[in-house]
Amino acid sequence: MTEFFQSLGMGYEAAWFTATIAGILLIAFPLMLAVAMIIYADRKIWAAMALRKGPNVVGPFGLLQSFADGLKVFLQETIIPSAANKGLFLLAPIITFTVALMAWAVVPFGPAAVLSDINVGLLYVLAISSLGVYGVVMAGWASNSKYPFFSAMRAAAQMISYEVSIGFILICVVLWAGTFNMNGIVLAQQNHVWLLNGFAFNPLLFPMWVMFLISSLAETARAPFDLTEAESELVAGYQTEYSSMAFALYWLGEYANVLLMCALNAVLFFGGWLPPLDIPILYNFFFTEGLTAVFWLFAKILFFFFIFSWVKATVPRYRYDQLMRLGWKVFLPLSLFFVVLISGYLMATGHYGATA
Amino acid sequence: MIQTLAFYLFAVLVIASAVMVITARNPVHSVLWLILAFFNGAGLMVLVGAEFIAMLLVIVYVGAVAVLFLFVVMMLDIDFAELRAGFVKNFPLGIAVALVLLAELVLGIGAYQAGALQLGEPSGVGAPRMGESNIESIGALLYGKYLFLFETAGIILLVAMVGAIVLTHRPPKTQRGHQNISKQNQRRPQDATVMKQPPVGQGVEL
Repeated sequence: MTEFFQSLGMGYEAAWFTATIAGILLIAFPLMLAVAMIIYADRKIWAAMALRKGPNVVGPFGLLQSFADGLKVFLQETIIPSAANKGLFLLAPIITFTVALMAWAVVPFGPAAVLSDINVGLLYVLAISSLGVYGVVMAGWASNSKYPFFSAMRAAAQMISYEVSIGFILICVVLWAGTFNMNGIVLAQQNHVWLLNGFAFNPLLFPMWVMFLISSLAETARAPFDLTEAESELVAGYQTEYSSMAFALYWLGEYANVLLMCALNAVLFFGGWLPPLDIPILYNFFFTEGLTAVFWLFAKILFFFFIFSWVKATVPRYRYDQLMRLGWKVFLPLSLFFVVLISGYLMATGHYGATA
Repeated sequence: MIQTLAFYLFAVLVIASAVMVITARNPVHSVLWLILAFFNGAGLMVLVGAEFIAMLLVIVYVGAVAVLFLFVVMMLDIDFAELRAGFVKNFPLGIAVALVLLAELVLGIGAYQAGALQLGEPSGVGAPRMGESNIESIGALLYGKYLFLFETAGIILLVAMVGAIVLTHRPPKTQRGHQNISKQNQRRPQDATVMKQPPVGQGVEL
């Protein structure tokens, strides 16, 4: 895009700056729209699984429900508890929301459609997702109220626990792909097992994908791991004292994070923007190659989002000690074992060729 | 131009938040300023091209260490009057540390004014490899030349971890409320519930 702005007569730096801002807006606005629609889809899926109708009043099929909700919270009063730490109380939802958007900078939407194609892309995602906990912890502390504080404690412990096993799972993917670059990881999955594009079809990496899917549920604090907002124990968790737009920012941030985790599932284990099968016709059937790539990525993201909704609609909530046990006593040893197994397999089969 | 602006932005924010860490009255605020300082430090490292170290700084320090800091500090019940009472007692020590830092600054600036050091050309395995990413060069060095030291560090950390676990570990059976997960998973409805159809007017015999 920089070249396009340069052709309009800008200098390189001005063109780069404009192109980056344009790229950010090009990702952030559709993402916000996607979040609004995905909230609607989520509610419809739960409703269908509970034999209800779900939102069906605002607009055709209730499609505009999220916008109506957004308008409602926007017009409400922002209540700040008098005992709250005002600055941090207002900063916390902003941090959650911003961090949820930041990680999208390295997600590849197509062969060339990535905002910043850095060679530590995966580490960047890991770094940004580890920042997400601050919004929750700060909210819990700044609210100066018991239940949000308990929720913040839980959130901090939960995020750290599951990041450890996510780290090991990502190491397995990186070992196989040989790069931290997100586009590189996608391309490494091309024709990975016979004609199938994707690491998840590899018998050694399939268990890692299952663990990654469960860990990403825990990392985004979705059901069955939504102990940070367990209404039967903690009122509404860290969001208890929030109202109006501050509350809406948590809502948007949460769903943007869920979408990001779906995108990571797709990019790391299911070939990202590659079609599921390595057949030439599948690379270019939707207008252009770039649009076909975006189409496949979106299809995969929506598929994983359906799984997330499905789990939320059907699985009961974990107890806190079960959550910790799963993270530390099951996933951590298992993922560590698979790191050893996969690196051993790769060394034994000479995956890295003569350079090793 | 953009690099210069970014450098001054990060540098000013690092120093400003570092000042706020020591001047903030509330320890939780201090930790949050410290996190901001770490984050901007990572930004500076990206600018000098050490993106791997920058990401590690964020993942390890901001993502894990500082969260635990915050975790502990949030739960402290701090008496500010008592904290300030120690000011006079620690004043001489503080002055001494300040003087040492001042002397280092003067020396550093003096040395900088005297002209740059003449560094030799980097050579051998420690030399930066052109055209290779950060991760590859660090990996080649860590798992090549410094393999033994690296593994020793790993063993030391492992021993420290085992030590910490041994010190805090209690045999699970003696603990009240111990949960046996496999037993819970094996429990089936027929073990836990019974169906009874009591006739009208009679109680249920259990």
